[in-house]
This record gives sequence, structure tokens and C-alpha cells, in this order.
Amino acid sequence: MDKGLLIQKIKDGTVIDHIPPGKALFVLKILGIDENTREIVSFAMNVPSSKIGIKDIVKVENRVIGEEELNKIALIGRDVTINIVQNYDVVKKFKVKLPSEVIGVVKCPNPSCISNTSEPVSYRFVVVDGRLKCHYCGKIISKDVEKWIVKEDVKREKIK
Amino acid sequence: MMSRFRHLISIEELSKGDVEYILSKADEFEDIAKKSFSDILKGKLLGNLFFEPSTRTRMSFETAMKRLGGEVINLNTAEISSIAKGETLADTIRVVSGYVDTIVIRHPKEGSAKLAAEFSEVPVINGGDGAGQHPTQTLLDLYTIWKEGDINDIRIALVGDLKYSRTVHSLIKALSLFNAEIYLVSPEALRLPIQFREELGNNVVEVDSLEDIIGEINVIYVTRIQKERFPDLDEYHRVAGSYRITRKMLENGEENLIVMHPLPRVDEISPEVDATAHAMYFKQAFYGVPVRMAILSEVMGYG
Repeated sequence: MDKGLLIQKIKDGTVIDHIPPGKALFVLKILGIDENTREIVSFAMNVPSSKIGIKDIVKVENRVIGEEELNKIALIGRDVTINIVQNYDVVKKFKVKLPSEVIGVVKCPNPSCISNTSEPVSYRFVVVDGRLKCHYCGKIISKDVEKWIVKEDVKREKIK
Repeated sequence: MMSRFRHLISIEELSKGDVEYILSKADEFEDIAKKSFSDILKGKLLGNLFFEPSTRTRMSFETAMKRLGGEVINLNTAEISSIAKGETLADTIRVVSGYVDTIVIRHPKEGSAKLAAEFSEVPVINGGDGAGQHPTQTLLDLYTIWKEGDINDIRIALVGDLKYSRTVHSLIKALSLFNAEIYLVSPEALRLPIQFREELGNNVVEVDSLEDIIGEINVIYVTRIQKERFPDLDEYHRVAGSYRITRKMLENGEENLIVMHPLPRVDEISPEVDATAHAMYFKQAFYGVPVRMAILSEVMGYG
């Protein structure tokens, strides 16, 4: 199947490719794409891929998303690739890389953690051996990280 | 003089060298801790912020500070609930750190001491954060082994509730610095969580009964098995009874075998053990004073 049939090429913007199948919605959540977003966003789920079998794909038009923000997507897939498109040409292509610290994106699963209270601090994790460790309570998230991605309004409220 | 560390939040932040330094520092303070006084912290003020009661830890810090010539202000649970309604911990810390030279915090939330350190103008010492860390307890446990046993040949049985005991979890991290041989003795339902087993690697053995290894070890570390952990009372009594340390049991142990317990104990150690040379738990509680003296003087730059 030609994936071009599913989503058109974009003129300018950011293409997030090779997302693990079924995880596109989490990518939108990480990037804070919600009902307030004004850019054109298209995405496809479970698209055949020569590289990883099946994949999801997200395209955000007329917006160049910062590398730091995009790297947060590595939380849900280490093979995710980013294409920055200008005038139909890919001007930059890179694989996402998990940052050494993840701030404000993922909530601590430990209900007794101080970061889950009204204290004026963001959720904060350090990356240790590819796993997230809460900066405050030390809780390690070893699987299903996407379950703990915070909603955009929560994010905004916590980061002061 | 420069301090080796500004805050003391978690035992993991200390190197083996830091730990050994604190232990030898505590040793130097032991004579003062035994009912004498010094003035090295004269003019300094310690703020004890206890958001949950812990009489032993609070009194031990207070004793340590006063024996070094310093003063202490306490903010107790009742005061906290009346003056700080709805106030964040961050704000309380910002205010109190303007009053005192060092803060000791005890708080029910995990990570609270770490957060406090981020908002404090002065050193913060973690006096226990929920199920999280209690580094001064761990240091006094190590000091007890260092003084009364052989820190370079630790063969230790950890007995009781290994699943929920914060004391045991912190001690395990510290023991890994000293290449200890560790035996785990606990009921099925209260086994050590897998993440701690991983950290220990090959130096750990799970055993069914303390009697099987009593001749192999030189330290027994007993923790309380809490009633709330069991679905019914009969089950609790059956399990708790089978992990009780008795005088008879210790007869098969080495002569220099020591029995430790973070206290308070309930039924875990039979009172008849108290009179034996093995009983180290009351001395262990006393050692909290010189160890906390060493920590207080260190963070305030008088190490």
C-alpha cells in the first residue's frame, strides 16, 4: 500500500515517523496537541512499514517543533525519526534521543511522592539505563511509560 | 572548612569514603555524646520540622545539637497543622530556612526532603520521608556494626518485614558498599522487592529459617512485622511467632554475634535476650547521638 494515499506530503512542518503502532495518540499528548491546536495535524495508525512492519505517523503542518521537545517522544519509541520539511524537501532528518532528564511530561506513579501534591515543582525524572527514575522519590518506571504521560492542562498548572 | 556534603537526603548520595569519614567522626564525638558538652556549634540553631511524630529521631537530633553547644527549635505536628493550613512545604521551608542554620525534616511524603533542599537557604537533613529514605538511621546502623562487629566481614541476616521496611532498604544500599554477605529471612508475603535483590547481585541468599544459618552470621538485623500487613490476626500471630529471636536460638550463634533492631520493638525479640552480650539494640539507639553529631557538624562546616 502506498502510504501517500493515507496522508499527503506536507509543504512545511514536522513529520514524526516510525512511531510504534498504536502510539500516535501518545505522541500528540507529549507534544501538547489538543483541541486548542490551530495547525493542521494529520496522523495515521497501523501503516505498513518496510523498516518496522507496522507504524504510526504524525504530520504537523507549518510548525517546526524544537528538537528538545521532539526528543521526549523517545519515551514511547526509540526508533522514531523526525523529518523537518521545508517547501516539500526534507531539510533535516534525525532519530529521537532520550534526554538525560525528562521534566513535566510524565507523572510519578508513586501516589505518595511529593511531586504528586500541590508543591510548586514539575514532575522530574532522570534517565538511568534507559529507564526513568523520579528525581524526588526515586521510583523507577520500567514499563508502560505512556500510561503516565500527563495531560496538557495538568502540565501547565504544574510548571510555574 | 568545606563540608563533604551540603545536604543529607539519601544514603545513595554518599561515597564509601564519605560514610567512613562520618563513622570515624562519630567515634571522635562519642565521649561528648556520653553526657558531656562541647561548644563547636555554639551560636548555631537547628530547626526540627517534624510533620509526623518520631520522638526517638527528634530527641536524638536535639540531644546531638545541644551537646555540641547549639540550640534547637521544634516545629511539631500540632503547630504545623494549625499555622500552615494549606501552605506548601516549599513555602514553609523558605520561611524556616531564614530562621535557622540547619533543618531536619521528617515528612510522610516520599521525596519531601529532596524538595525541601531545593527551596532551603540552609542545609537540610532527611529525618525520614515516608517509605523513602532515612539516611541517619542507616549511618547509625553502620556505625553500630563498625563499632561492635567487623565492617570488613559483615555476614548479616535481615529478618522480618523486608518488603516494606525502609530501614532495611536503605541499609541494603549501604551494605553493598562494604561487600557484605547478606541472608534474607522473611515470610513469603514480606520478601525483599526484586529491585533491591538486583542491586545486591550475588552476595545475597534467601533462607527459610534463621536457625539454618545462625552459625554462619555475625549480625542479625530484626525489623518489626506489622499486623496491618496480614489479612487476619491468626495468620499474623503464626508468622510473627516464627520469626521471634530467643535466647535459645542465639546459643548456636557465634560468640560475637550481635542483634540489632531499629526500635521500637514489639514481640520480635524476646526480653530474655536483653541481658545477653548479643543484644545491641539499645546501644544502637544511643549511637544515633554521636552519628547525628558528626552529621550536624559536617553540614554546618565544622567537620
